[in-house]
Amino acid sequence: MARFAIRRLFSMLAVCVAISILTFLLFAAIPNGNPATRLAGRLANAEEIHLIDLKYGFNKPLYIQYVKTMKNIFSGQAYSYSQGFNVLTEIKDGMPATLSLALGAGIIWLLTSIAVGTLAAIKAGRYTDRILTVLSMIGVSMPPFFLGAVLIYYLAYKAGIFPIGNFVPFSHSPWGWFTHLLMPWFTLSVLFIGFYSRILRSTILDTINEDYVRTARAKGLTERQVLFRHILRNSLIPIISLWGLDLASVIGGGAILTETVFNLHGVGQLAENAIQALDIITLMAIVMLAAFFVVLLSAVVDIFYAFLDPRIRLS
Amino acid sequence: MSFNAGPSTTELSVEIPDAVLAEAGEMPPGVGPYKLAWRRLRRNRVSLAFGGLFLLIVVLCLLAPVYSHDIAHTGPADENITGTVRVGGKTETIVNPATDIPIGPTWQSHYFFGADENGRDVAVRLLYGGRNSLEIGTVATVITMLIATLLGLIAGYFRGFVDGLISRSLDVVWAYPALLLGIALGTILAFGGIGPLKGDTLMVPAVVIGVVYIPYVAKPIRGQVLQLREREFVEAARQQGLSHVQIMLREILPNLASTIIVFIPLILANAILLEAGLSYLGAGVQPPNPSWGTMISAGIAQIPAAFSNVLVPGIMLVLTVLSINVFGDGLRDALDPRAKVRIAR
Repeated sequence: MARFAIRRLFSMLAVCVAISILTFLLFAAIPNGNPATRLAGRLANAEEIHLIDLKYGFNKPLYIQYVKTMKNIFSGQAYSYSQGFNVLTEIKDGMPATLSLALGAGIIWLLTSIAVGTLAAIKAGRYTDRILTVLSMIGVSMPPFFLGAVLIYYLAYKAGIFPIGNFVPFSHSPWGWFTHLLMPWFTLSVLFIGFYSRILRSTILDTINEDYVRTARAKGLTERQVLFRHILRNSLIPIISLWGLDLASVIGGGAILTETVFNLHGVGQLAENAIQALDIITLMAIVMLAAFFVVLLSAVVDIFYAFLDPRIRLS
Repeated sequence: MSFNAGPSTTELSVEIPDAVLAEAGEMPPGVGPYKLAWRRLRRNRVSLAFGGLFLLIVVLCLLAPVYSHDIAHTGPADENITGTVRVGGKTETIVNPATDIPIGPTWQSHYFFGADENGRDVAVRLLYGGRNSLEIGTVATVITMLIATLLGLIAGYFRGFVDGLISRSLDVVWAYPALLLGIALGTILAFGGIGPLKGDTLMVPAVVIGVVYIPYVAKPIRGQVLQLREREFVEAARQQGLSHVQIMLREILPNLASTIIVFIPLILANAILLEAGLSYLGAGVQPPNPSWGTMISAGIAQIPAAFSNVLVPGIMLVLTVLSINVFGDGLRDALDPRAKVRIAR
């Protein structure tokens, strides 16, 4: 077990290094033209461009730039080219909003999709199942920014039930935190509920035919016991691992659309602002950290699996 | 949800799709798998209806130039901030000079769905935006499917070092949240372009989206190839002295067809959603080229005024993606009721 965990962690480190190189190359090497030309603006002369080159080291070889950029990002010394703020501080400042959004929505979408998926599976082929299938389909077809805008217009502007947007820290006002996050939680959850409940439904329908389920029935357990102890417990494994990865990507700034439409000032919205300002270093840091987070969580999920199922760690 | 004893709980048993049950009695022996699938699909009315809806949307969007030229008499980028339009015998300003609020839906040939903040005809932009979305979605899907199938085939067939290299590379791309990777690539390329691609063309978001979804398709295809290569018919082909390329293309590829077919609508729907998301954030289709995402974004900026400018492109986007998804779901049930094709992390 320990050997498996160590091997998995090493491969995780390798993937992280590859991600950092790829991210750096994407932002530094592929764009046509020199980044200094971009920073200097349209009207800059050769001398100004040269000064910027010297200041940021754009004239150095790529591998030196890479090492320097990574050092800056991880030591908290990376500063936005266009706005001057400290990138790591900005990401930290965005974390409370992003974490609140991710964890709240994560719990909602996990619990709701388990209920919806189970209900659809035990009613497979009936009207309940059909209606839930249609709703799930609408869920996976719904762009968060559109759903968010509709909620903001009808529930906040028209009906005045919810506040229009923004994030209120929990320490500031727990009730304000809750009411400001209700619509974003719902918006972010809808897509995942549609997706997860479809997966759970098909997993349950597969599990129902397993031998151990027949055995459980044969030994006289009630349908309720069979469902909760035998079918659901096994069907939930893929859902939970998916949940870990999706949560990681949302925490890393993947909920950028929801954050932007509700103006939550989280990590995702920081990325959005970086796009508008063409603030390459901020965008680079966010994208890279998000990918790191997914890799880390997927390693955790794998190790957890191996802990549960010896077949995995021996293969 | 009632789990108590009763007739409803007996439902916890094998699920056999109605279509499969229905065809069991009447099917003559020796019907090919695709003919079978087509018969199943034909019975799935809901799926076919949504497929029809998608075709209708495609035709409408392709007719955008005709609508623009002959009915609305204005182009997708033609601004008309100071102009007026006659609605029901009254002359109204297209964009109210005092409040900057554009005119709402007139339900007539000029400004059918109203105007946007620059006095452009929303209906015209809607159709042109749809054309852009469909074009980007189609090109992205072709890119994803071609590269993913190729990578999956090679990795699964040769295994070993080649597989390790391809699989680890896919893992790296897969680790990026799809939207963030799209944004990163889109932002970079929208500025400078890459190689022959100019920055502000539709091909940039198409390529970006195509690349983002490659691992989601290549991984399951690789898994399937790993199983297929151990089958007897592949062994037989090897004994006959067929080359690796021949085995991959003639023996294995045809067996991947149903997976590939099922993935196409799935990727298309997600590509259109991602395009809208990227354009909404400014990392996709570049103005003045219309896109549903940028239209929604502009509409949101005007909330609470002119909310129809959010609703019209938004509903169109949802309908398009929903129609592809429902049709794709029916297609999957028809081709292989047990298939587990989905885009999952």
